[in-house]
Amino acid sequence: MSIDTARLREDFPILGREVNGRPLVYLDNAATTQKPRAVIDALTRYYETQNANIHRGIHTLAVEATEAYEGVRAKAARHIGAGNAEDIVFTRNTTESINLMARAWGDANLREGDEIVLTLMEHHSNIVPWQLLAARTGAQLRYAGIDADGQLDLDELRGLIGERTKLVSITHMSNVLGTINPIAEIAEMARQAGALLLVDGAQSAPHLPVDVEALGCDVFAFSAHKMLGPTGVGVLWARAGLLGEMEPFLGGGEMISIVKPEGSTWAEGPHKFEAGTPNIADVIAFGAALDYLDALGMADVREHEKRITAYAIEALEQSGGITVHGPRDVEVRGGAVSFEVDGVHPHDISTIVDAYGVAIRAGHHCAQLLMRHLSVPATNRASFYLYNEEREVDALIEALDEAKRVFGRVESRTAV
Amino acid sequence: MSRAEPQFDELYREVILDHYRRPRNAGSLAAPTHQAEGANPVCGDEIELDVAIEGDVICEMAFRGQGCSISQSSASMMTERICGGTISEARKVMQLFEAQLVDAAEPDPELGDLEALQGVAQFPVRVKCALLCWKVLREALNIDEREATTTP
Repeated sequence: MSIDTARLREDFPILGREVNGRPLVYLDNAATTQKPRAVIDALTRYYETQNANIHRGIHTLAVEATEAYEGVRAKAARHIGAGNAEDIVFTRNTTESINLMARAWGDANLREGDEIVLTLMEHHSNIVPWQLLAARTGAQLRYAGIDADGQLDLDELRGLIGERTKLVSITHMSNVLGTINPIAEIAEMARQAGALLLVDGAQSAPHLPVDVEALGCDVFAFSAHKMLGPTGVGVLWARAGLLGEMEPFLGGGEMISIVKPEGSTWAEGPHKFEAGTPNIADVIAFGAALDYLDALGMADVREHEKRITAYAIEALEQSGGITVHGPRDVEVRGGAVSFEVDGVHPHDISTIVDAYGVAIRAGHHCAQLLMRHLSVPATNRASFYLYNEEREVDALIEALDEAKRVFGRVESRTAV
Repeated sequence: MSRAEPQFDELYREVILDHYRRPRNAGSLAAPTHQAEGANPVCGDEIELDVAIEGDVICEMAFRGQGCSISQSSASMMTERICGGTISEARKVMQLFEAQLVDAAEPDPELGDLEALQGVAQFPVRVKCALLCWKVLREALNIDEREATTTP
Protein backbone atom coordinates (compact mmCIF):
# COMPACT_ATOMS: atom_id res chain seq x y z
CA MET A 1 0.00 0.00 0.00
CA SER A 2 1.56 3.27 -1.02
CA ILE A 3 1.73 6.34 1.16
CA ASP A 4 -1.17 8.81 0.91
CA THR A 5 0.64 12.08 1.59
CA ALA A 6 -2.49 14.23 1.40
CA ARG A 7 -4.05 12.32 4.31
CA LEU A 8 -0.83 11.88 6.21
CA ARG A 9 0.15 15.57 6.10
CA GLU A 10 -2.86 16.34 8.27
CA ASP A 11 -1.08 14.50 11.08
CA PHE A 12 1.69 17.13 11.07
CA PRO A 13 0.47 20.43 12.52
CA ILE A 14 3.53 22.43 11.38
CA LEU A 15 2.94 21.57 7.72
CA GLY A 16 -0.13 23.81 7.84
CA ARG A 17 1.85 26.97 8.59
CA GLU A 18 3.03 29.67 6.24
CA VAL A 19 6.56 31.00 5.94
CA ASN A 20 7.05 34.44 4.41
CA GLY A 21 3.47 34.44 3.17
CA ARG A 22 3.69 31.07 1.44
CA PRO A 23 2.92 27.51 2.47
CA LEU A 24 5.91 25.94 4.22
CA VAL A 25 7.85 23.57 1.94
CA TYR A 26 10.02 21.67 4.38
CA LEU A 27 12.92 19.99 2.58
CA ASP A 28 15.47 19.85 5.41
CA ASN A 29 14.57 16.41 6.72
CA ALA A 30 18.15 15.15 6.87
CA ALA A 31 18.73 17.80 9.54
CA THR A 32 15.58 17.00 11.50
CA THR A 33 12.07 15.88 10.61
CA GLN A 34 8.74 17.36 11.62
CA LYS A 35 6.64 15.68 14.32
CA PRO A 36 3.19 14.13 13.97
CA ARG A 37 0.42 15.01 16.40
CA ALA A 38 0.79 11.57 18.02
CA VAL A 39 4.34 12.39 19.14
CA ILE A 40 3.45 15.86 20.40
CA ASP A 41 0.45 14.41 22.26
CA ALA A 42 2.58 11.66 23.80
CA LEU A 43 4.83 14.31 25.36
CA THR A 44 1.88 16.20 26.80
CA ARG A 45 0.18 13.02 27.98
CA TYR A 46 3.30 11.89 29.80
CA TYR A 47 3.66 15.18 31.68
CA GLU A 48 -0.07 15.43 32.38
CA THR A 49 -0.67 11.87 33.54
CA GLN A 50 2.50 9.85 34.20
CA ASN A 51 5.40 12.14 35.13
CA ALA A 52 7.70 10.41 37.63
CA ASN A 53 11.34 9.43 37.84
CA ILE A 54 11.97 5.90 36.64
CA HIS A 55 13.63 2.80 38.11
CA ARG A 56 13.59 4.09 41.68
CA GLY A 57 10.04 4.49 42.89
CA ILE A 58 7.51 2.01 44.16
CA HIS A 59 4.54 4.27 43.60
CA THR A 60 2.15 3.89 40.68
CA LEU A 61 3.39 6.80 38.59
CA ALA A 62 7.00 5.59 38.86
CA VAL A 63 5.97 2.11 37.79
CA GLU A 64 3.95 3.40 34.82
CA ALA A 65 6.70 5.76 33.67
CA THR A 66 9.31 2.99 33.99
CA GLU A 67 7.17 0.58 31.96
CA ALA A 68 6.55 3.19 29.26
CA TYR A 69 10.26 4.07 29.04
CA GLU A 70 11.42 0.44 28.95
CA GLY A 71 8.72 -0.37 26.41
CA VAL A 72 10.36 1.99 23.93
CA ARG A 73 13.63 0.09 24.30
CA ALA A 74 11.82 -2.94 22.91
CA LYS A 75 10.21 -0.92 20.11
CA ALA A 76 13.57 0.58 19.12
CA ALA A 77 15.10 -2.89 19.03
CA ARG A 78 12.27 -4.22 16.85
CA HIS A 79 12.58 -1.25 14.49
CA ILE A 80 16.14 -2.25 13.58
CA GLY A 81 15.63 -6.00 13.68
CA ALA A 82 17.50 -6.47 16.95
CA GLY A 83 16.49 -9.46 19.03
CA ASN A 84 17.06 -8.11 22.51
CA ALA A 85 15.88 -4.84 24.07
CA GLU A 86 18.70 -5.12 26.63
CA ASP A 87 21.19 -4.36 23.85
CA ILE A 88 19.69 -0.88 23.34
CA VAL A 89 21.14 2.13 25.18
CA PHE A 90 19.42 5.52 25.12
CA THR A 91 21.73 8.49 24.63
CA ARG A 92 21.16 12.11 23.62
CA ASN A 93 21.79 11.60 19.89
CA THR A 94 23.85 9.63 17.36
CA THR A 95 26.87 11.77 18.21
CA GLU A 96 26.72 10.74 21.86
CA SER A 97 26.21 7.09 20.89
CA ILE A 98 29.44 7.19 18.86
CA ASN A 99 31.30 9.06 21.60
CA LEU A 100 30.13 6.44 24.09
CA MET A 101 31.72 3.73 21.94
CA ALA A 102 34.93 5.74 21.50
CA ARG A 103 35.27 6.14 25.26
CA ALA A 104 33.83 2.96 26.72
CA TRP A 105 35.06 0.56 24.04
CA GLY A 106 37.82 2.47 22.28
CA ASP A 107 39.89 3.45 25.31
CA ALA A 108 40.01 -0.16 26.49
CA ASN A 109 40.68 -1.80 23.13
CA LEU A 110 42.94 0.46 21.07
CA ARG A 111 46.71 0.73 21.36
CA GLU A 112 49.44 2.54 19.51
CA GLY A 113 49.75 1.16 15.99
CA ASP A 114 46.14 0.00 15.80
CA GLU A 115 44.04 1.39 12.98
CA ILE A 116 40.56 2.81 12.67
CA VAL A 117 39.07 2.77 9.16
CA LEU A 118 36.61 5.52 8.19
CA THR A 119 35.47 7.00 4.88
CA LEU A 120 35.57 10.47 3.32
CA MET A 121 31.78 10.66 3.39
CA GLU A 122 31.48 10.53 7.19
CA HIS A 123 29.68 13.18 9.21
CA HIS A 124 31.95 14.97 11.69
CA SER A 125 30.23 12.97 14.45
CA ASN A 126 31.82 9.83 12.99
CA ILE A 127 35.25 11.43 12.56
CA VAL A 128 36.03 13.68 15.50
CA PRO A 129 35.37 11.12 18.31
CA TRP A 130 37.87 8.79 16.57
CA GLN A 131 40.40 11.59 16.14
CA LEU A 132 40.14 12.21 19.89
CA LEU A 133 40.50 8.48 20.56
CA ALA A 134 43.52 8.32 18.25
CA ALA A 135 45.11 11.21 20.14
CA ARG A 136 44.54 9.39 23.46
CA THR A 137 45.76 5.98 22.32
CA GLY A 138 48.21 6.54 19.46
CA ALA A 139 45.95 4.66 17.03
CA GLN A 140 45.95 5.74 13.38
CA LEU A 141 43.00 6.79 11.20
CA ARG A 142 42.56 5.57 7.62
CA TYR A 143 40.01 6.99 5.19
CA ALA A 144 38.50 5.17 2.21
CA GLY A 145 37.65 7.39 -0.75
CA ILE A 146 34.65 7.63 -3.05
CA ASP A 147 34.28 7.37 -6.81
CA ALA A 148 32.99 9.92 -9.33
CA ASP A 149 29.42 8.68 -8.83
CA GLY A 150 29.62 9.39 -5.09
CA GLN A 151 29.84 5.72 -4.12
CA LEU A 152 32.31 4.23 -1.71
CA ASP A 153 35.49 2.83 -3.29
CA LEU A 154 35.10 -0.74 -2.02
CA ASP A 155 38.44 -1.89 -3.43
CA GLU A 156 40.25 0.85 -1.55
CA LEU A 157 38.29 0.05 1.59
CA ARG A 158 39.17 -3.64 1.27
CA GLY A 159 42.82 -2.68 0.96
CA LEU A 160 42.69 -0.52 4.08
CA ILE A 161 41.11 -3.15 6.32
CA GLY A 162 43.85 -5.45 7.59
CA GLU A 163 45.30 -7.09 10.66
CA ARG A 164 46.01 -3.73 12.34
CA THR A 165 42.36 -2.68 11.92
CA LYS A 166 40.48 -2.74 15.22
CA LEU A 167 37.47 -0.74 14.14
CA VAL A 168 35.60 0.11 10.94
CA SER A 169 33.14 2.95 11.45
CA ILE A 170 31.00 3.92 8.50
CA THR A 171 27.78 5.67 7.62
CA HIS A 172 24.89 3.57 6.34
CA MET A 173 23.61 6.49 4.26
CA SER A 174 25.50 9.69 3.45
CA ASN A 175 23.81 12.85 4.76
CA VAL A 176 25.25 14.79 1.79
CA LEU A 177 25.27 12.44 -1.22
CA GLY A 178 22.43 10.16 -0.18
CA THR A 179 24.67 7.17 -0.99
CA ILE A 180 23.63 3.91 0.69
CA ASN A 181 26.72 1.87 1.57
CA PRO A 182 26.77 -1.95 1.17
CA ILE A 183 27.07 -2.67 4.89
CA ALA A 184 26.71 -6.45 4.65
CA GLU A 185 29.68 -6.63 2.29
CA ILE A 186 31.73 -4.33 4.53
CA ALA A 187 30.75 -6.40 7.58
CA GLU A 188 32.34 -9.42 5.92
CA MET A 189 35.59 -7.48 5.38
CA ALA A 190 35.59 -6.38 9.03
CA ARG A 191 34.77 -9.88 10.28
CA GLN A 192 37.67 -11.42 8.36
CA ALA A 193 40.03 -8.84 9.86
CA GLY A 194 38.64 -9.37 13.35
CA ALA A 195 37.61 -5.69 13.51
CA LEU A 196 34.51 -4.23 15.12
CA LEU A 197 32.04 -2.64 12.69
CA LEU A 198 30.10 0.44 13.83
CA VAL A 199 27.36 1.74 11.53
CA ASP A 200 26.17 5.35 11.73
CA GLY A 201 22.48 4.87 11.02
CA ALA A 202 21.38 8.47 11.60
CA GLN A 203 20.22 8.77 7.97
CA SER A 204 19.21 5.16 7.33
CA ALA A 205 17.04 4.20 10.32
CA PRO A 206 14.51 6.94 9.45
CA HIS A 207 14.27 6.06 5.76
CA LEU A 208 15.07 2.38 5.12
CA PRO A 209 13.97 -0.94 6.52
CA VAL A 210 16.95 -1.81 8.77
CA ASP A 211 17.86 -5.26 10.04
CA VAL A 212 21.08 -5.23 12.06
CA GLU A 213 21.28 -9.01 12.00
CA ALA A 214 21.19 -9.07 8.20
CA LEU A 215 23.64 -6.17 8.00
CA GLY A 216 26.04 -8.06 10.21
CA CYS A 217 27.32 -4.99 12.04
CA ASP A 218 28.42 -4.96 15.70
CA VAL A 219 27.12 -1.52 16.63
CA PHE A 220 24.36 0.64 15.15
CA ALA A 221 23.67 4.24 16.19
CA PHE A 222 20.77 6.56 15.31
CA SER A 223 18.72 9.56 16.47
CA ALA A 224 15.01 9.90 17.27
CA HIS A 225 14.59 13.44 15.96
CA LYS A 226 15.45 12.47 12.39
CA MET A 227 12.59 9.95 12.38
CA LEU A 228 9.54 11.90 13.64
CA GLY A 229 10.63 11.73 17.29
CA PRO A 230 11.67 14.48 19.71
CA THR A 231 15.16 15.96 19.94
CA GLY A 232 17.39 14.74 22.76
CA VAL A 233 17.09 10.97 22.22
CA GLY A 234 19.74 8.85 20.56
CA VAL A 235 19.99 5.09 20.34
CA LEU A 236 23.00 2.81 20.55
CA TRP A 237 22.56 -0.85 19.71
CA ALA A 238 25.43 -3.26 20.32
CA ARG A 239 25.48 -6.98 19.52
CA ALA A 240 24.77 -9.31 22.42
CA GLY A 241 27.51 -9.35 25.04
CA LEU A 242 29.42 -6.28 23.82
CA LEU A 243 27.88 -3.84 26.31
CA GLY A 244 28.71 -6.24 29.13
CA GLU A 245 32.41 -6.19 28.16
CA MET A 246 32.56 -2.41 28.27
CA GLU A 247 33.30 -0.10 31.19
CA PRO A 248 30.84 2.73 31.94
CA PHE A 249 30.84 5.97 29.95
CA LEU A 250 29.35 8.33 32.55
CA GLY A 251 29.19 7.70 36.28
CA GLY A 252 26.35 8.58 38.61
CA GLY A 253 22.94 7.45 39.71
CA GLU A 254 21.04 4.65 38.00
CA MET A 255 24.20 3.11 36.48
CA ILE A 256 25.40 1.46 39.72
CA SER A 257 24.68 -1.75 41.56
CA ILE A 258 26.44 -1.17 44.93
CA VAL A 259 28.35 1.96 45.90
CA LYS A 260 30.98 1.75 48.65
CA PRO A 261 33.54 4.35 49.72
CA GLU A 262 36.37 2.54 47.97
CA GLY A 263 34.53 1.76 44.75
CA SER A 264 31.32 0.63 43.10
CA THR A 265 29.86 -2.10 40.96
CA TRP A 266 27.80 -1.45 37.88
CA ALA A 267 24.20 -2.02 36.94
CA GLU A 268 23.46 -4.76 34.43
CA GLY A 269 22.64 -4.24 30.79
CA PRO A 270 22.04 -0.87 29.18
CA HIS A 271 21.48 0.87 32.51
CA LYS A 272 25.23 0.83 33.08
CA PHE A 273 25.41 3.46 30.32
CA GLU A 274 22.42 5.56 31.33
CA ALA A 275 23.74 7.49 34.32
CA GLY A 276 21.45 10.04 35.90
CA THR A 277 17.80 10.73 35.15
CA PRO A 278 17.41 10.03 31.43
CA ASN A 279 15.26 11.91 28.93
CA ILE A 280 12.14 10.04 30.01
CA ALA A 281 9.47 12.14 28.29
CA ASP A 282 11.23 12.27 24.95
CA VAL A 283 12.03 8.56 24.95
CA ILE A 284 8.36 7.80 25.60
CA ALA A 285 7.30 10.17 22.80
CA PHE A 286 9.87 8.49 20.53
CA GLY A 287 7.81 5.35 21.08
CA ALA A 288 4.88 7.12 19.41
CA ALA A 289 7.13 7.99 16.46
CA LEU A 290 8.19 4.36 16.09
CA ASP A 291 4.54 3.28 16.22
CA TYR A 292 3.73 5.80 13.49
CA LEU A 293 6.54 4.55 11.22
CA ASP A 294 5.76 0.91 11.86
CA ALA A 295 2.08 1.46 11.03
CA LEU A 296 3.09 2.97 7.68
CA GLY A 297 5.73 0.32 7.08
CA MET A 298 9.36 1.21 6.33
CA ALA A 299 9.19 -0.52 2.94
CA ASP A 300 6.46 1.91 1.85
CA VAL A 301 8.37 4.87 3.30
CA ARG A 302 11.36 3.82 1.22
CA GLU A 303 9.25 3.41 -1.96
CA HIS A 304 7.73 6.87 -1.51
CA GLU A 305 11.15 8.44 -1.04
CA LYS A 306 12.58 6.66 -4.08
CA ARG A 307 9.81 8.16 -6.21
CA ILE A 308 10.18 11.73 -4.95
CA THR A 309 13.99 11.57 -5.05
CA ALA A 310 13.97 10.41 -8.67
CA TYR A 311 11.48 13.18 -9.50
CA ALA A 312 13.66 15.79 -7.75
CA ILE A 313 16.93 14.72 -9.38
CA GLU A 314 15.34 14.82 -12.82
CA ALA A 315 13.68 18.20 -12.17
CA LEU A 316 16.93 19.73 -10.86
CA GLU A 317 18.98 18.47 -13.77
CA GLN A 318 16.41 19.58 -16.35
CA SER A 319 16.06 23.08 -14.95
CA GLY A 320 19.53 24.04 -16.26
CA GLY A 321 22.68 25.38 -14.62
CA ILE A 322 22.44 22.88 -11.77
CA THR A 323 24.86 20.09 -10.83
CA VAL A 324 23.58 17.25 -8.64
CA HIS A 325 26.10 15.35 -6.51
CA GLY A 326 25.85 11.67 -5.63
CA PRO A 327 24.44 8.61 -7.40
CA ARG A 328 21.57 9.03 -9.89
CA ASP A 329 20.18 5.53 -9.31
CA VAL A 330 17.63 5.70 -6.49
CA GLU A 331 18.22 2.00 -5.74
CA VAL A 332 21.59 2.91 -4.23
CA ARG A 333 20.71 6.24 -2.68
CA GLY A 334 18.29 7.91 -0.31
CA GLY A 335 16.51 11.24 -0.34
CA ALA A 336 19.30 13.66 0.64
CA VAL A 337 20.04 15.49 -2.61
CA SER A 338 23.00 17.90 -2.72
CA PHE A 339 23.32 20.27 -5.64
CA GLU A 340 25.02 23.42 -6.84
CA VAL A 341 23.65 26.26 -8.91
CA ASP A 342 26.23 27.70 -11.34
CA GLY A 343 27.56 31.05 -10.15
CA VAL A 344 25.39 31.26 -7.02
CA HIS A 345 26.72 30.40 -3.59
CA PRO A 346 24.52 28.05 -1.49
CA HIS A 347 23.93 30.70 1.21
CA ASP A 348 22.55 33.07 -1.37
CA ILE A 349 20.35 30.26 -2.71
CA SER A 350 19.09 29.49 0.77
CA THR A 351 18.15 33.11 1.47
CA ILE A 352 16.24 33.40 -1.79
CA VAL A 353 14.34 30.10 -1.59
CA ASP A 354 13.42 30.85 2.05
CA ALA A 355 11.43 33.83 0.82
CA TYR A 356 9.38 31.29 -1.15
CA GLY A 357 8.71 29.35 2.04
CA VAL A 358 11.17 26.63 0.99
CA ALA A 359 13.47 25.29 3.73
CA ILE A 360 16.66 23.66 2.43
CA ARG A 361 20.10 23.39 3.96
CA ALA A 362 23.16 25.28 2.73
CA GLY A 363 26.62 24.62 4.06
CA HIS A 364 29.17 21.89 4.60
CA HIS A 365 26.64 19.58 6.31
CA CYS A 366 29.20 18.64 8.98
CA ALA A 367 31.14 16.84 6.25
CA GLN A 368 34.19 18.98 5.53
CA LEU A 369 36.27 16.00 4.34
CA LEU A 370 33.64 15.30 1.70
CA MET A 371 33.37 19.00 0.72
CA ARG A 372 37.15 19.05 0.17
CA HIS A 373 36.91 15.85 -1.89
CA LEU A 374 34.17 17.40 -4.05
CA SER A 375 36.24 20.63 -4.26
CA VAL A 376 33.32 22.75 -3.09
CA PRO A 377 33.11 24.97 0.00
CA ALA A 378 29.45 24.14 0.51
CA THR A 379 26.43 22.65 -1.21
CA ASN A 380 22.67 23.13 -1.24
CA ARG A 381 20.78 20.13 0.07
CA ALA A 382 17.14 19.24 -0.31
CA SER A 383 16.16 16.18 1.73
CA PHE A 384 12.83 14.42 1.62
CA TYR A 385 10.61 12.48 3.95
CA LEU A 386 7.38 10.56 3.93
CA TYR A 387 5.18 13.70 3.87
CA ASN A 388 6.86 15.46 0.93
CA GLU A 389 5.05 15.82 -2.39
CA GLU A 390 6.13 16.44 -5.97
CA ARG A 391 4.52 19.89 -5.93
CA GLU A 392 7.03 20.83 -3.23
CA VAL A 393 9.87 19.91 -5.57
CA ASP A 394 8.17 22.18 -8.14
CA ALA A 395 8.12 25.01 -5.57
CA LEU A 396 11.85 24.54 -5.00
CA ILE A 397 12.53 24.66 -8.74
CA GLU A 398 10.48 27.86 -9.08
CA ALA A 399 12.45 29.50 -6.25
CA LEU A 400 15.75 28.37 -7.81
CA ASP A 401 14.67 29.97 -11.09
CA GLU A 402 14.32 33.29 -9.24
CA ALA A 403 17.83 32.86 -7.76
CA LYS A 404 19.21 32.20 -11.24
CA ARG A 405 17.45 35.33 -12.55
CA VAL A 406 18.74 37.57 -9.73
CA PHE A 407 22.30 36.39 -10.19
CA GLY A 408 22.07 36.35 -13.97
CA ARG A 409 21.84 40.14 -14.12
CA VAL A 410 25.60 40.56 -14.41
CA GLU A 411 27.96 38.37 -16.38
CA SER A 412 29.76 35.47 -14.82
CA ARG A 413 32.44 35.72 -12.17
CA THR A 414 36.14 35.76 -12.94
CA ALA A 415 38.33 33.49 -10.88
CA VAL A 416 39.89 34.94 -7.72
CA MET B 1 7.64 39.33 7.30
CA SER B 2 5.01 38.53 4.72
CA ARG B 3 5.14 39.47 1.07
CA ALA B 4 3.51 38.36 -2.13
CA GLU B 5 6.44 38.39 -4.56
CA PRO B 6 9.88 38.27 -3.02
CA GLN B 7 12.07 41.14 -4.20
CA PHE B 8 15.73 40.25 -4.28
CA ASP B 9 17.00 42.86 -6.68
CA GLU B 10 17.24 45.19 -3.67
CA LEU B 11 19.25 42.77 -1.48
CA TYR B 12 21.43 41.63 -4.35
CA ARG B 13 22.05 44.99 -6.00
CA GLU B 14 24.05 44.92 -9.18
CA VAL B 15 27.01 46.60 -7.51
CA ILE B 16 27.16 43.67 -5.03
CA LEU B 17 27.03 41.07 -7.79
CA ASP B 18 29.66 43.03 -9.71
CA HIS B 19 32.07 42.97 -6.74
CA TYR B 20 31.28 39.27 -6.21
CA ARG B 21 32.02 38.39 -9.81
CA ARG B 22 35.00 40.74 -10.24
CA PRO B 23 36.47 41.19 -6.77
CA ARG B 24 38.78 44.19 -6.42
CA ASN B 25 42.12 43.69 -4.67
CA ALA B 26 41.86 39.92 -4.88
CA GLY B 27 45.13 38.09 -4.26
CA SER B 28 48.15 38.61 -2.01
CA LEU B 29 50.62 41.37 -1.19
CA ALA B 30 54.36 40.80 -1.63
CA ALA B 31 55.21 42.56 1.63
CA PRO B 32 52.23 42.94 3.96
CA THR B 33 52.84 44.64 7.30
CA HIS B 34 49.63 43.24 8.80
CA GLN B 35 47.77 40.00 8.15
CA ALA B 36 44.78 38.17 9.55
CA GLU B 37 42.29 35.50 8.56
CA GLY B 38 38.84 34.57 9.70
CA ALA B 39 36.00 32.18 9.00
CA ASN B 40 32.37 31.69 9.84
CA PRO B 41 32.52 28.06 10.97
CA VAL B 42 28.78 27.62 10.59
CA CYS B 43 28.69 28.47 6.90
CA GLY B 44 32.33 28.01 5.89
CA ASP B 45 32.95 31.54 4.55
CA GLU B 46 36.66 32.39 4.68
CA ILE B 47 38.66 35.60 4.29
CA GLU B 48 42.43 36.07 4.42
CA LEU B 49 43.56 39.69 4.42
CA ASP B 50 46.94 41.31 3.71
CA VAL B 51 47.48 44.97 4.63
CA ALA B 52 50.51 47.20 3.96
CA ILE B 53 50.74 50.26 6.21
CA GLU B 54 53.24 53.10 6.02
CA GLY B 55 53.10 55.53 8.91
CA ASP B 56 49.38 55.99 9.47
CA VAL B 57 48.30 55.25 5.91
CA ILE B 58 46.87 52.00 4.55
CA CYS B 59 48.75 51.84 1.26
CA GLU B 60 47.73 48.45 -0.06
CA MET B 61 45.25 45.68 0.71
CA ALA B 62 44.59 42.29 -0.82
CA PHE B 63 42.26 39.48 0.15
CA ARG B 64 41.67 35.84 -0.65
CA GLY B 65 38.49 34.12 0.23
CA GLN B 66 35.56 31.92 -0.55
CA GLY B 67 31.95 32.21 0.37
CA CYS B 68 28.65 33.79 -0.52
CA SER B 69 28.17 36.94 -2.56
CA ILE B 70 27.59 39.01 0.57
CA SER B 71 30.81 38.00 2.34
CA GLN B 72 32.99 38.30 -0.75
CA SER B 73 31.53 41.55 -2.11
CA SER B 74 31.80 43.12 1.33
CA ALA B 75 35.52 42.29 1.37
CA SER B 76 36.03 43.65 -2.12
CA MET B 77 34.19 46.90 -1.34
CA MET B 78 35.97 47.24 2.01
CA THR B 79 39.41 47.11 0.45
CA GLU B 80 38.39 49.55 -2.26
CA ARG B 81 36.92 52.00 0.24
CA ILE B 82 39.67 51.90 2.84
CA CYS B 83 42.82 51.63 0.77
CA GLY B 84 44.72 54.90 0.54
CA GLY B 85 43.19 56.35 3.71
CA THR B 86 44.47 56.54 7.25
CA ILE B 87 43.84 53.99 9.97
CA SER B 88 41.56 56.40 11.82
CA GLU B 89 39.52 56.88 8.64
CA ALA B 90 39.24 53.10 8.36
CA ARG B 91 37.92 52.96 11.94
CA LYS B 92 35.34 55.59 11.12
CA VAL B 93 34.11 53.65 8.06
CA MET B 94 34.04 50.47 10.12
CA GLN B 95 31.77 52.12 12.69
CA LEU B 96 29.45 53.51 10.03
CA PHE B 97 29.26 50.14 8.26
CA GLU B 98 28.51 48.23 11.44
CA ALA B 99 25.86 50.77 12.40
CA GLN B 100 24.24 50.32 8.98
CA LEU B 101 24.06 46.54 9.38
CA VAL B 102 23.59 45.98 13.09
CA ASP B 103 21.51 49.03 14.04
CA ALA B 104 19.93 49.38 10.57
CA ALA B 105 21.16 53.00 10.59
CA GLU B 106 20.63 55.17 7.51
CA PRO B 107 23.62 54.69 5.19
CA ASP B 108 26.21 57.45 5.52
CA PRO B 109 27.55 59.01 2.28
CA GLU B 110 31.04 58.25 3.65
CA LEU B 111 30.41 54.55 2.97
CA GLY B 112 30.51 54.83 -0.82
CA ASP B 113 29.67 51.51 -2.54
CA LEU B 114 29.37 49.84 0.86
CA GLU B 115 25.99 51.53 1.14
CA ALA B 116 24.73 48.84 -1.26
CA LEU B 117 24.89 46.25 1.52
CA GLN B 118 22.21 48.03 3.59
CA GLY B 119 19.61 45.48 2.47
CA VAL B 120 21.45 42.79 4.44
CA ALA B 121 20.19 44.37 7.69
CA GLN B 122 16.78 42.89 6.79
CA PHE B 123 18.26 39.36 6.87
CA PRO B 124 19.68 38.86 10.37
CA VAL B 125 21.24 35.46 9.58
CA ARG B 126 23.23 37.06 6.76
CA VAL B 127 24.64 40.01 8.74
CA LYS B 128 27.59 37.93 9.89
CA CYS B 129 28.47 37.28 6.22
CA ALA B 130 28.80 41.01 5.55
CA LEU B 131 30.76 41.61 8.77
CA LEU B 132 33.30 38.79 8.36
CA CYS B 133 35.92 40.82 6.45
CA TRP B 134 35.58 43.68 8.94
CA LYS B 135 36.21 41.30 11.79
CA VAL B 136 39.35 40.18 9.99
CA LEU B 137 40.40 43.79 9.37
CA ARG B 138 39.92 44.60 13.05
CA GLU B 139 42.15 41.68 13.95
CA ALA B 140 44.77 42.67 11.36
CA LEU B 141 44.88 46.23 12.68
CA ASN B 142 44.57 45.11 16.30
CA ILE B 143 41.49 47.24 16.90
CA ASP B 144 39.63 46.49 20.10
CA GLU B 145 36.10 45.26 19.41
CA ARG B 146 34.34 47.54 21.96
CA GLU B 147 36.26 50.56 20.82
CA ALA B 148 35.32 49.97 17.21
CA THR B 149 31.64 49.29 17.75
CA THR B 150 30.90 51.97 20.33
CA THR B 151 28.85 54.64 18.66
CA PRO B 152 28.66 58.02 20.37
